[in-house]
This record gives sequence, structure tokens and C-alpha cells, in this order.
Amino acid sequence: MIGKETAVGRAVRIVFLVLWLAFTVFPLYWIAITSLKAPGDIFSFPLAYWPEHFSLENYSELFNKADFGTYLTNSLIVATVAGAVATAISMLSAYVLARFEFRTKSALLTAALVTQMIPAFIALGPLYLLMTDLKLVDNRLGLILVYIAVCIPFCTVMLRGFFENIPDALEEAAMIDGLSRFAALFRVLLPVMRPGIVAAFIFNFVNCWNELFLSVTLMNSDANKTTPTALNGFISSFNIDWGSMSAAAVFTILPTMVLFAFASRHIVQGLTSGAVKG
Amino acid sequence: MPATSATTTGPKTSRPVRKQAAPGARNGPRGGRKREFTTRRGLLIAAFMAPAAIFVAVFTYYPMIAGSQMAFRHWDLNDLTNTSWVGLDNFHRVFSDPNWGTVLGNTGAWVIGSIVPQLVIGFALALWLRRRFRFRGVYQALIFFPWAISGFLIGILFRWMFNSEFGVVNDLLQKAGLIDEPVAWLADPHKAMIAVLIANTWYGVTFFAIMILAALQSVPDELYEAAALDGAGKARTLFQITIPYIRVTLVLTVLLRVIWIFNFPDLIFGMTGGGPNNQTHIVTTWMIKITQQGDYGKASALGLLVVAGLLLFTVFFLLATREKREVRS
Repeated sequence: MIGKETAVGRAVRIVFLVLWLAFTVFPLYWIAITSLKAPGDIFSFPLAYWPEHFSLENYSELFNKADFGTYLTNSLIVATVAGAVATAISMLSAYVLARFEFRTKSALLTAALVTQMIPAFIALGPLYLLMTDLKLVDNRLGLILVYIAVCIPFCTVMLRGFFENIPDALEEAAMIDGLSRFAALFRVLLPVMRPGIVAAFIFNFVNCWNELFLSVTLMNSDANKTTPTALNGFISSFNIDWGSMSAAAVFTILPTMVLFAFASRHIVQGLTSGAVKG
Repeated sequence: MPATSATTTGPKTSRPVRKQAAPGARNGPRGGRKREFTTRRGLLIAAFMAPAAIFVAVFTYYPMIAGSQMAFRHWDLNDLTNTSWVGLDNFHRVFSDPNWGTVLGNTGAWVIGSIVPQLVIGFALALWLRRRFRFRGVYQALIFFPWAISGFLIGILFRWMFNSEFGVVNDLLQKAGLIDEPVAWLADPHKAMIAVLIANTWYGVTFFAIMILAALQSVPDELYEAAALDGAGKARTLFQITIPYIRVTLVLTVLLRVIWIFNFPDLIFGMTGGGPNNQTHIVTTWMIKITQQGDYGKASALGLLVVAGLLLFTVFFLLATREKREVRS
């Protein structure tokens, strides 16, 4: 496909790839190692790149001091429900945008683009007032509704890319066989779309799991906080407790990393299928 | 909300894409259906679009529009008795703020200093990943991991690594003999800016790499073969075959990333909080600070300036790169 590689070229390529991998992995390694040191060892010289004594003290501290289990549960509930509902809703809109031409189509796509240009902070005040009117402040359902809206534009675009890769003939055949369009969508297209749907859900889940500013604005009681809010709480004081912070960071990163490892190929496909066709 | 911001790819990309697609790959149904216009079809489109449209209208558009009009009002959480219209006063207060110059300069440094290394390294990675090798799939999955982490948390990870006393960056640099004494990275405005840019590069390279890699894989082999037959060297092939061919992807990826990096206060918020002394604030982190002070009018004015700036940039950028795109198809 590309010309023969010289020995020097090969060496340069390998060195570069290895260096970049090391640079990418190191921060993750470092926060994990920090979290596994005894609290006192974190602040001792020389810095240990592989601790002599591993300790889970930071983790027990984290769950004793802060109600971290509750935060994790809240994040899990909110991200799962919002991610799933947003995926379902986006499937419908993505399907229509992939299969039909209509007058308002480009306006709708522009509207999705514009949501990306407006800084979220401009909306926070009115959103808070709206949620107050709806009696949904400091309420997981409220946060779920907002997150669904946040996820929809991107999820729609991503799923649209997947739909466009599936030949129309598939559901047309099903419709000739007498299925309604809705039934054709669910019985024929869904199974084919499974990788795309999984990728879209995981993407939504990770977005909601990581979201900070909306959560900080809408959730004020300890029982309803999500993990990023808790992490933010750790830094508002002057001294950051790096022991608990590193343990909390590991707990926040690990689930999303597992999900990405599981579906990274599909996510890559989802991100690129809209932009590049080959 | 980094990933959501990524969204922009789709809508903008879809048009040029079709030109790039293989001719005849998708003929028939789309053209056929365009002509068939029935009420039933309209109802179906409306019904399928409705849930998405309602959610985005109520929870995204309504608050954004309501927030925008605050830019023209006196709207201060500390004094809600008076929310009168004040015209352009809030904009005036933004421009006359002593921090405005610094913030504007920082925003420029942040966007350019993020885009350039991300594009260059991402392009290089994509070129080098084009060749198949064992574990390439694993490699791609591993370098994709930064994308699973929130910008805020990335800020925290790097804040810890750049810690002046116990940070691993200083330790490594000292071991390598590059510095004699620990550097107070986040206490010095210039060094703090360099540190946040390194963190953002760590995060953002992957996106360029995967988008460019996907585009590279769409370049037909025959083009390379022809170039080789003509005796074109590596550099010439790159600049005259590869780059022109994937121009659309390059242009749109850069555009999307600029919009996104502009609107990405999360990382700086977690890493420096805009400090030391407001010296690493970009427009959007400064907006957070002003919001937290309760001055919603001024913050909204700033937000509208961001939107105006990005729209202008989008138009100019697309105009500047348009001609060559048409040549391609």
C-alpha cells in the first residue's frame, strides 16, 4: 500500500510510537501508583516509581471520609439512564436524518452545530431557574433529563454515520414483506446496528459520567452528588489531599477506561464515519 | 463536556463527504424518495424527530436563549431586585476590564498552542500507524484512553505531576540533568501556560490521529503507485498527493478542534483554576469565575462574544479553504 520502508525509517517510526505510548500511559500509571502508596509515602523523597509497600489506605480513607460510594452510585444511575435514553431517542432522529431528504434538515443540523459553539456557562443560570420551576433541582431525574439533552446532538450525528453505512435495501426488503417502517427499523436494522448502538451508548455514558459543571450547578445535597462534583470538592480547600484525590481519580477513570477498551474500535468507527468515507 | 463538543464533526462534514464517497456506492433510494412526498412521510419524519427536538429545545436552547438576553440586562445574583435593560453596558464592562487583554492573549496562545502540536503529532502518528504491525489494534486502544477521561480530571492529573515539591515532572527533569532545582511550574504564568498546553496535547493528539488515519486509509493505492512511477520522493508524495487528497478531513478536523478547544475551560479549571493571579484564564474559564461571582450579565456578554468570535472564525476559515476543496471533487 505504501512504499517500502527503509531500516532508518522503521527505527524512527518504532522509537516515536514507543515514546508516544509511554507519554500517554505514564500519567495514568502515575496516578494509580500514587493512590497505592501509604499516605505518608506520597510526600517523601526520593519519589518512588515502584513503591516498596503497597497500601490501600487511601482507598479506605476515601470511603470513610467522604461518602464516595454514594457518589459512585449516583453517577452510575445518572449516566446509565441518561446514556440509554439519549441513545434510543437519537436512533430515531439519526434514522430520519440518514434516510430522508426534507426541507428543515440542514436547519436541524445547523442547530446541532450551534449548540457546540455556545459556552455552557451562558445557560447555567436560566437552566437552574427552569429546574427550580419544575421542582427538579437537586434531583437525579432532573440531572438525567438535562444530560439526555446534552448527549442527543452528538449521538444523533454518530448514529447517522452508522445508518448511512447500511444499505437501504435492507429495510426496503422488510417493508416489501409487509413490515411497517417502525417494525423494519427495530427488527431488521437494530441487529445490524448493534456495534454502533453500543458505541453510542458508551460515548454517552462516558460523557455523563465525566460531566462536572451542570452537576455542580444542579446537585447541592451530599446524597445526590456525582463523582466529578466530589472531586471538585476535594480541590476547593487550599490543600489538596492527594492521597484521597488519587484514589478517587482511579475510581473515576477505571470504569470509563474499561468501557473504552471494550468498544474503542466501534467508537473510532463512529467518530470517523461521519467525516471520512473510504 | 469535551466529547459533546466534538459533535460538530457531523453536520459540517456530511456534505463534502458525499463527494469523497465512491461513485455509485449509494444510488437509488435517496434520489427516489426525494420525489415521493406524502403527508404520511411528513408525519413519520416529525414523529421520529420530535423527542430529540423537544429535549434539545427545552433543556439546551431555551436556557441558552434566556441566558443570552442577560447579556443586555443588569443581572447580578447579589442584587436581583434590579434586572433592568442596560444595552451594551455589560460588553463595555468586559472590554474595560483590566484582565481582558491578558485573557484574550491567553485564549489565542491556548488555541494556537494546542492546535499546532496536536495537528503535527497527530498527523505523524497517523502516518506511522498506517503500516500494519502486530498489536496495532492494542496500540490504538491504548493511545485512545485519554479520551475516556474528563478534561477536569486531566487537569488534576497534570496538576499533581507538575506539583513543584512532589511532582514527578521535576523529578524526571532533575534525573535527566535538565534542571538543577525544582521548578514552580504552576506558580509562574508562562510556565503554567506551557504546562496546561502539554496536558491538552496529551489529551488532544489522539483525535487528530484517528481522524487523519481514517482519511489516509481512503487514499487509493493507485495514487501512490503512480507517484512512485513518476519518481516522486517521500516528501513530494506527502505534500502533493496525500495532503491534497485528505484536505477535507484536515480542514474540518481543525475547524472542529478550534471550536472545541476554545470552549474547553475544564482542563484549565482543574489544573490552575485560572491562576496564578488570573494569568492562565482563557475566555471561558474567566466566564466561570465571573459567573461564580454572580455577575451573570457580564458573563453572558462574554459568552456571546465567544459565539460571535467562533462564527466569524468558522466563516473565514471555510472561505479560506473552500476553493481548494472544490478542486478536489
